[in-house]
Amino acid sequence: MASGSSGPTEDLGTLTDVEPLKRAWRNEKAAPEILRYETHLIYRVSKQIELLEGTVDDFTEDGVDPLMISLYQMDLDRIQFLLRSYLRIRLQKIEKYMFHLLLKKQEFHEKLSKEEKAFVQRCAEDMKKHLDESVLSHLPKNYQSILKQFTTVEEDDAEVDDMVPEPPLDTFVVCIAREYVGPSEFQDSSDSLAMDLPLEMEPGDLSFIPYRRIKKLLESRKVDLV
Amino acid sequence: MAAQSCSQFHVFSAEEIEFIAEDELIEIVPNMRMDQLNLIRGDFGPFLPQIATEVPLWLAVALKKRGKCRIRPPEWMSVEKLTQVLEAERDSEKEFQVLPFHYVEISRLLFDHAQDDIPDIYMVRSLMEDIRDVRFHKVETSLETFDGRTSAVQAFQKLGNMVPETDSVPSTRPQGTDKAARGRRILRGR
Repeated sequence: MASGSSGPTEDLGTLTDVEPLKRAWRNEKAAPEILRYETHLIYRVSKQIELLEGTVDDFTEDGVDPLMISLYQMDLDRIQFLLRSYLRIRLQKIEKYMFHLLLKKQEFHEKLSKEEKAFVQRCAEDMKKHLDESVLSHLPKNYQSILKQFTTVEEDDAEVDDMVPEPPLDTFVVCIAREYVGPSEFQDSSDSLAMDLPLEMEPGDLSFIPYRRIKKLLESRKVDLV
Repeated sequence: MAAQSCSQFHVFSAEEIEFIAEDELIEIVPNMRMDQLNLIRGDFGPFLPQIATEVPLWLAVALKKRGKCRIRPPEWMSVEKLTQVLEAERDSEKEFQVLPFHYVEISRLLFDHAQDDIPDIYMVRSLMEDIRDVRFHKVETSLETFDGRTSAVQAFQKLGNMVPETDSVPSTRPQGTDKAARGRRILRGR
């Protein structure tokens, strides 16, 4: 039940890390792009899981009531599921958008854990090698880039890496406000035809809204995704 | 670049929604004695015969399965309360009544595992189905007003209590460009 000190965005006064982990899992699952890795939270949760595993082993040795043991085991299983699912979702997103992540250096550094960064590098190298060998090297010179459909001899600086899949930030998500959110805090809609309604959210309000508009709010913990 | 594996990873499956719902607290009446459980999420118990106590739903179901307790259905799950809710839902076109976040999952778990603890279970079940139908219909109509130019659905802000429906509408992450059509596709999900 220890909480310990953590990153500046953790709620003070959470007694356990289960709620934050559940929240991180839900947000990660609902968001179209990868979110920041919760280093401190995950570290603490892993430690707590280890501790609990040890406790369950001790109980079994001491011959504690099997009912109690199985209940502790259930609790443990549930936490492990959350943790694993969280990590797995992130890996899926990484695999899907690996080139995009490598290109966006800043996001890459801020959002991924150390292990994830190593994974992306290896994954991208393997993928590039595979594509080069099986397809790209057989295409005419200008079509060989893994990042662009077509490159020309004169390098434009307005060139777009159009072969790189990007996370769809305009996907609609359902979000719930944790605090009051005023109209100015929503980012501008990218849709020029949009009838921009002045939006605000009271705590507990739900909105069905493009992810792009609440991205910053999610990062600052003002909203959660459902 | 091929998009590997499933593109729908951000959809909550029914099991996952149930998983979330299982953390809700519910009252049980144990028929045995057991020491306090120091679980990762908190302490529960100690358990004494006939002394009601609150535990997470997953724990309640586990104990009930082993014949160690009765489950007290939540206050909102009575025939009177549900009838009120149903009438109110039918009267108001846009507003949703206050029901717990996961009322669908909670009631399903209780129907499956604690039938003998729910008075008038058939009535309760039928009322809940009616309520669900009315609410789904409301969600559907409001999504239909959601045209291609809306960048955010203002209407949804009023539907503060429709979260259970959102949860049970798996692919609320539409692909494609026609948003109204998306909305309708969504609701065929569950």
